[in-house]
Amino acid sequence: MIVAEQKPIRELVEMVKDFQKILVLGCKGCVTVCNVGGAKEVGVLASALRIWGRKTGRDLQVGEHTLERQCDPEYIEELRGIVGEYDAVISIACGVGPQFVSERYPTARVFPGVNTKFMGGAVAHGIWSERCAGCGQCVVHYFGGLCPIARCSKSLMNGPCGGSADGRCEIHKEVECIWDTIVRKMTEQGRLNELIEFKPPKSWTTARDGGPRSMIREELVK
Amino acid sequence: MSEFKPRILAFYCANCASSAANVSESMSLGVPAGVKMVQVPCTGRIETLHLLKPFEEGADGVYVAGCQEDSCRYMSGILKAEKRVAQVKRILEELDIEPGRIETFKLSAGKGFRFAEIASEMMKRVQELGPISGG
Repeated sequence: MIVAEQKPIRELVEMVKDFQKILVLGCKGCVTVCNVGGAKEVGVLASALRIWGRKTGRDLQVGEHTLERQCDPEYIEELRGIVGEYDAVISIACGVGPQFVSERYPTARVFPGVNTKFMGGAVAHGIWSERCAGCGQCVVHYFGGLCPIARCSKSLMNGPCGGSADGRCEIHKEVECIWDTIVRKMTEQGRLNELIEFKPPKSWTTARDGGPRSMIREELVK
Repeated sequence: MSEFKPRILAFYCANCASSAANVSESMSLGVPAGVKMVQVPCTGRIETLHLLKPFEEGADGVYVAGCQEDSCRYMSGILKAEKRVAQVKRILEELDIEPGRIETFKLSAGKGFRFAEIASEMMKRVQELGPISGG
């Protein structure tokens, strides 16, 4: 999933301090799963804004709405007739959401309510960890199913650096050295020799280095 | 300026805190006027939004009274509530509102005097903090 975290409320009230009618817009996709942008979080943020209105004596009107997804035009369409009722929209979807809303409703003032962090998963309740860098050409099968691009601090693809100690990365003792884990796993599977087999250089043209990306599936295009 | 009469919402669990409330009642100890008591099956069920809504709707203080950590009927209810209270404290701080307006209290079933004392303590604290709106 795409993992995000809520922006500090202080930052959000600074963004919307000049508006009276504010819509807090949630998304039932990834940000619901990582407990930052679903209907529940919409309620919490809207309530916090109303308390801020009470504290500062502002006559705020805060609306709440949660879309099935903010990354599909058909769901964004649901806001027709709603967005115009508000002076500002705080989207608490990932960074895709506020852009889709802005693109569909060009006159709306749209603000991001969360900071999008990474693609990853929950390793424990309340703890998320990065797993994918979206390089566009997956190679995890070369490395025991683990991704050194996303999980090595230097994205090294040819083994650990000198900063690996006791299975930890030199940047922080809480950061696993993924190369230590890769080597251990390949050793356990009796496949360590595969790591020294020659692989052609990875093409980074499919990664973000090649500029903004898009994808076309002809069989789906209407 | 009229005298500030705080409005406080208190959530208390149906187990230890309720037993303490019964003991308190049998001792003829009351809670101050202005403290509204809401019984919940377990404080672990109290969501962040439940704690924020009273502030939104005019309360000046909120507190949660539940079991002690080692005797919670549902094992970890009061710990969950404590984390959510901490989250609301952070939210209040970000809004420049005193975090002391919300608190968690842990008490055992026999603590009737403490049950009444907590209510008075919170009333005194919020009285000193004054109204949220500053007027």
